[in-house]
Parts: sequence; structure tokens; C-alpha cells
Amino acid sequence: MQRSKFFLGGALILAAVVYLIFSSTQASAEYFMTVNEVKAEGAAVVGKSLRLSGAVLGDTIQYDSQTLTLTFDVAHVSGDNAEIEAQGGLAEVLYQAVNDPSLQRVSVQYVGAKPDLLRGEAQAIMTGKLGEDGVFYADELLLKCPTKYEEAVPEQVSAQ
Amino acid sequence: MFAEFGYGILVVSFIVAFYSLIAAVYGALRKSAAMVESSRRGMFLVFPLLSLSAAALVYLLITNHFEVAFVYEVTSRSMPTYLKVTAWWGGQAGSLLFWAWLLAAFTSAVTLRKWERDIEFLPWVIVVNAVTIIFFLGMVVFYENPFTRFWLVAGNVEPHMFAPLAATLFTPQDGNGLNPLLRHPGMVIHPPMLYLGFVSYVIPYAFAMAALITGRTDDRWIRLTRRWSLWAWLFLSFGLVLGGRWAYDVLGWGGYWGWDPVEIAAFMPWLTGTAFLHSVMIQEKRGLFKHWNMILVILTYALVVFGTFLTRSGVLSSVHAFANSPIGPFFMGYTALTLFVSIALLIWRWPLLHGETEMKSMLSREALFLLNNLLFMSVLIVSFWGVIFPLVSELFTGQKVTVGPPFYERATAPLFAGLMLLMGIAPLSAWGHSTIKTLGRAMWKSALAAAILTVVLFFTYTQNYIALIGFFLIALVLFVTFQEFGRAARARQRAQGENFFTALARLMGRNRRRYGGYIIHISMMLMAIGILGIEIFQKETQGSLAQGEQMELAGYTIEYRELASWPDEGKGVNFTRAVVDVYEDGIYLGELTPRIDYYFDSQQNMTIPGNRSTLKDDLYVLLVDWQPVSSMGATFKVFVNPLVNWLWIGSLLFLAGIIFTAWPDHDPAEEPLRAPQSTNQPSAAD
Repeated sequence: MQRSKFFLGGALILAAVVYLIFSSTQASAEYFMTVNEVKAEGAAVVGKSLRLSGAVLGDTIQYDSQTLTLTFDVAHVSGDNAEIEAQGGLAEVLYQAVNDPSLQRVSVQYVGAKPDLLRGEAQAIMTGKLGEDGVFYADELLLKCPTKYEEAVPEQVSAQ
Repeated sequence: MFAEFGYGILVVSFIVAFYSLIAAVYGALRKSAAMVESSRRGMFLVFPLLSLSAAALVYLLITNHFEVAFVYEVTSRSMPTYLKVTAWWGGQAGSLLFWAWLLAAFTSAVTLRKWERDIEFLPWVIVVNAVTIIFFLGMVVFYENPFTRFWLVAGNVEPHMFAPLAATLFTPQDGNGLNPLLRHPGMVIHPPMLYLGFVSYVIPYAFAMAALITGRTDDRWIRLTRRWSLWAWLFLSFGLVLGGRWAYDVLGWGGYWGWDPVEIAAFMPWLTGTAFLHSVMIQEKRGLFKHWNMILVILTYALVVFGTFLTRSGVLSSVHAFANSPIGPFFMGYTALTLFVSIALLIWRWPLLHGETEMKSMLSREALFLLNNLLFMSVLIVSFWGVIFPLVSELFTGQKVTVGPPFYERATAPLFAGLMLLMGIAPLSAWGHSTIKTLGRAMWKSALAAAILTVVLFFTYTQNYIALIGFFLIALVLFVTFQEFGRAARARQRAQGENFFTALARLMGRNRRRYGGYIIHISMMLMAIGILGIEIFQKETQGSLAQGEQMELAGYTIEYRELASWPDEGKGVNFTRAVVDVYEDGIYLGELTPRIDYYFDSQQNMTIPGNRSTLKDDLYVLLVDWQPVSSMGATFKVFVNPLVNWLWIGSLLFLAGIIFTAWPDHDPAEEPLRAPQSTNQPSAAD
């Protein structure tokens, strides 16, 4: 009798946790996409929560401090870490992406403070939605600049 | 010279640790006390050896030896000396050495204790510590060597430990420097605190494994390591709190915790550690949960290694892209291997670990502790699921899907609420048996007071029902806990004829674990007030102001007065500082000076908020942008974070509570053993 009570209690808790995980996952799932995938899917992903990653094009960064509106373009980078490694690491892939005009690009708009790490050849990881105008409206913007801190060999090399 | 010395000593330490491992295993299996003693001495030696190696690295760091790749990566000439020292753990190779060095220190301390009564544990404790140290030193010696130098080989610069053929040493002019975001006092001690916490958990795990291997599966291992796990918990908690405070002060997004995988990596061992802290009490008092405690300590160790693997990179905005390095697979392999071996040992000894009694009542204290453990495990499962979900979804659907902070907030909030409710009930329950009736009698006053307070808050402060549930639970726990303090102190006052405060102080001194625990519960509630405040009531606005213009938020008015920008060549920073005047309801409160520091060498900005902090709320002003020449206009982002200060006040009390509980006194073996079968009121002795 006592034992079954404890098992019942345990089962209830387990069910509650499974429910919490399941419903919360449903409610806040964000789909990882690359620029190529967003371009290919087009209208099919308009309005869905997406997490998009791309290489920031330095020349396209514009900031209107009256409206706090930040716009810039990102170029396609692979979403697969192994593929990035195979192409010479993140810094190299970002550099290539920014300098290759044949790659797909997407315009991004973000309202808020201009992040400290935003600059050309940074990797932007953005959460938001694709608008019907093809612009990606980001709610959240994270940046990764691998070049400066993971450089194993000094820059002075080329001067030698 | 120093690089060769440092590396040489590393290799020697590695060999000594390896010798100790072999000698300990041999000594234990052949029952050779001399071999065990030899391994004990060897293990003791590892710490002074590693200290020499570390001293060599720190010397290289503070003397700008940029020919050493690690020094080049993490320091620059413009950094002050103390930051150059702390750069030791600012990069991967150094932080692995730091980890091994801390563990060696703890291991030395453990080998020095009096072992007479527990001599059978000694060789196996050495084995676990030695294996862990060997793993970390192996990473440092073979893959992530902090002493690697740059060599010029046929016109190319290459990193090598020793000079390749026909190569000359290459010394760059200046180093890369530590990421400016990490040049903050909070960040200087945050990683060592986390690492101390991580490393301290190795010791309870080592004793647990020793207990399994030797078959001495009574409570001895728990009693011996109780303080280790408390100190581990202290360091880990302090590390987490410092990380939150640092984010609040430096990252400039008005928050303190973002459910980033790296944060979760440090949070997960904290969850199992907290569950462990509670459930060991049940084993000590009632002889239950023996299997469960083993599982918890094994999980904690695995999560510590896993957490080190995730946090070691220290790359801040790398939310989903961890720095790829050759050591990743080794860490995963090591975690898997230790988990496998530990669980195999546990299964082997399973029959020795059966409970000495059965749980009878759903409301007994042990049942409520079990529930507490289940809830902590649930939070762990939610956190773990969030971290691995992208991998799982990719595996099964081919589509990488991730979950953000809303997932964690939604899924953990009810679990945290459940934990709070338990904090309100469990202190009143009795070992063995409690009923609704006995609990109700003990609780009704506090519950009524909390309900009245909630109604008052409904009419005066907020109608947000989540906040109201939160405030009700906080009030309930606080009232119950204070009532417990008062009830026990008055009982002692009557019995001993002392005045109330003497009685209270002596009572707490006599039973520091119990009352220290209550202090920690109170501090958790203060932190909960702060978290509810910032999560539910945070307000923000932003806008561009011309000089003399104003903007308003939540009763505050800020007026932009002036802005200045000047370079400090010595520090390699350009400072831009705005001054704003703050008014509340027309009354002048003072000025705030939000800043943007631009670091020349890393071409990076750092946004430092101007923050006015009171018990009621924080006014948190960020300088976002400015137009220097034409209009002297500037753009600000302003947050009002109600009640958030309680988070920091609670954190301080929390640390005080743990120190109060963990402060060493007498030998733990003298403490009373099992609690009586059933007591209607918790006795003063538990």
C-alpha cells in the first residue's frame, strides 16, 4: 500500500516533468538555419522562430541612433562545425564568406543597442523571424569574433 | 629557459602521479602498507612540483615573454601585473594546468590527514585523485601545452615546444591581450571559484569510489567528506553568483543569467551537489538512500568534468559554437569511461547498499527530502535536455532546433516553486512519520500570515498572478523559518534560563548544520525576491537625447548633461563618459556616468552601465551611442530593475550561511548516529 503510493507519486512527478519539457520545447523551439536554407525555403519559413547564423559584412553595417535601428547584411556560412573545420576553421570560413560575392546574403534588422562585438567578419547568431520583405528581423543578436583571440600564430608572420 | 623548466617539471609531475597510481593499486591489492605509503608520498609531492611549474608560467606571463604562445595569446604589454597573473586561467592551456594544480593541492591536503581508522580507503582515494590528475596533466603535457614557443622555420612561424632543426626563436612585439570583457575584478575570481568548486567535488567522489571498492559501504565516506562537499558547494555557488554579478556589471544587457549552455554547464553540478547535500542527511539519520547518494556523487563528478570541458574555453558570445580543439573527444571519452566504471562498481556493490529501514509516511521528513531530490533532478533533466536538444533534434529530424531562455524559464519555474513549497514544509515535518494534522498545526499561522501579505500585495503592488504565487511562497518560507528559530530559541530560553538572544546564539552554535541550512533557505528567498523583481517587473526604454533633454521611465527622469571622450594611451583604452542627472518625482537624486571603453588592441568596446541601486529598484543606464561634433546628442538605454538588489543581498547571506555551516569544528565521527524512529517535533539534536 505504502509502496504503491510512493510509486504513484514518482510517476506523477515524472509525468509532470515530461509534460513541462514537451510543452516548453514546443513553445520555444527555434529552428537553426543557414542563409542558404532561408533563401531556399523563402516564404515557407516567414513568421517562424528561427536562429540564423552568418558572416557580417562590415561595409553594410548601419546604425541609426535616433531609432536605435541597426541594419547589416550577413553572408552564408555552413552550419556544420565539421565542415567549418575542414575549410580551415571559423576565422578562415568567415573571411572567405565575406569576400565571396557569389554567396547568398540576407539583410538583417535589429532594434536596440549596437553590440560591442559587431564588426566585419564576425559571426552573427541571430534569433528572430523572416519578414515577407525578405529581411530577417532579429530579436536577439549574439556575436563571435574568432580572429582576435584564437589566433595561434602572430600576425607579424607576413612581415617576415 | 623558464619554458623548458616549466615543461620539464610538468613531465616529472605526470610521471610521479603515474607512479603513485601504480603503487597505490599494487599496495592495495598486495596489502603492502609500504607501497601505499610510497604512493601517498608520491601524491603529496605532485602539488609542490606543479607549483614550481605554475610559478614558471606566471613568471613568463608577468615578464612579457611573448615567444611563448600562451603568453602571446592572453597577455599584452598594456595589462597591469595582476591581470597578467590572472591570465593564467584566461586561456585553455593555462586553465587546465590551473585545474590540475588545484586538485593536486587538495590531494596533498587529503594525504596529510590522519588515516588510522580509514586506512583501507587511502590507496583508492589516491587512485581516483591520481587518475583525475593524470588525465588533466596528460592534456597539458601532450595536447595543450602552455609552454609551447614560436619558432622561425624557413621564414614561417610555427609553434613547437622544442627547437626544430635550423630554427630560431621568434618573439612577437606584443601579445594579443586578455579579452577586455574579462578584465574585471569579478572575472578575475569567478573562474577560480568555479574551478575550486569543481575540483573539491573530486574528493567526495574519490571517497565514494573507495567505499565501493573496499566494500566498506557504511556512512563513513559520507561523514568524512561532508565538509568537502559543503566547501565545494560554497565555491561553486560563489562562482555562479560572481558570474551573474559580472554579467550585470559588464555585459550591459540589464540581466544576470541567460541560460547559456556554458552557464548551464556550471549549474548542473550545482544541482546534483545540492541534491546530494540534502540526501546525505537522510542516509546519516535514517540509513536510507544509499544507492541514490552514490548515484548523485558519481553524476556530480561526471558533470564537473563535462562542465570543465564546456567552460574552459571562456569564449563569451560563443553560444553554440564552442572552440573546437583536439581535447574535446578526450574529455567526452574520459567522462564516459569514468561514468561506466563508477556505475559498474555501484552495480557490483548494490546488495551492500540496501536501506536499513523503509519509508512509511508520505509526509515524513525523509519523504519530503526525497521529493526535494526528485525536483532537483527534474531541473537537471530540463537543463540537460535544453543543452542537448539541438543534437537530438538533428539526429532524429535532420533539422537543428534549439531552445532559448523561454524554454528554461517555463519548464523550471513550476519546479522551483515546488522546491520553495518544500522549504516551507520540510523543516516542520518529523523523521519517520508526519500527518497532515501535525503539519497543519505547525504551519497554519505562517501560511495565514503569508496569505494576508499576498492579499495586501495584490491591492498595493501587483496583480501579476505568477509574482503573487512567488511572493506567497517566499513569505511562507520566511515565516516558517523564523518561527522555527523563535520556537527553538524560546524552548531553550525556558529550559536554560538564558535571555532570548543568548539562547538563539547558543542554539545555532550547537547545531550549525540545521540552522546554517535555515540561513541558506532565508537567503534563497531573498534571492528569489530579486529574481521575481527583475524577471517580471523589469522595465526598459531607449532614446536619443540632445544636451539638456530628458526622458522618463517608471517614475524616474534622466537628463543628459554632458559627454566627454579621451584616450588613455598607457592603458590602451579610449574612454567615453556621459553624465546624466537623475530625478525621481521631481526630486534630484544625483548623477550617473555610463561609459563606453574602447580597447585599441582588440578593437572592442566595453559598455559600463551607470547604476543607481536601492532596495526598491535599480536604475541602470547604458550609453549606447553618441554624436560628438554636431549636436552633442547621445543615445541611452535605460532599465528599471525592481528589487534586484535583494538578489545580491541574498547572495551575501547565502555565502555567510554556508561558511557558518561548513566551518570546521570537531571530528564528525563523534556526532549522533541514527535519529529515533519517530518524533512528533524535530528534536534539537537533528
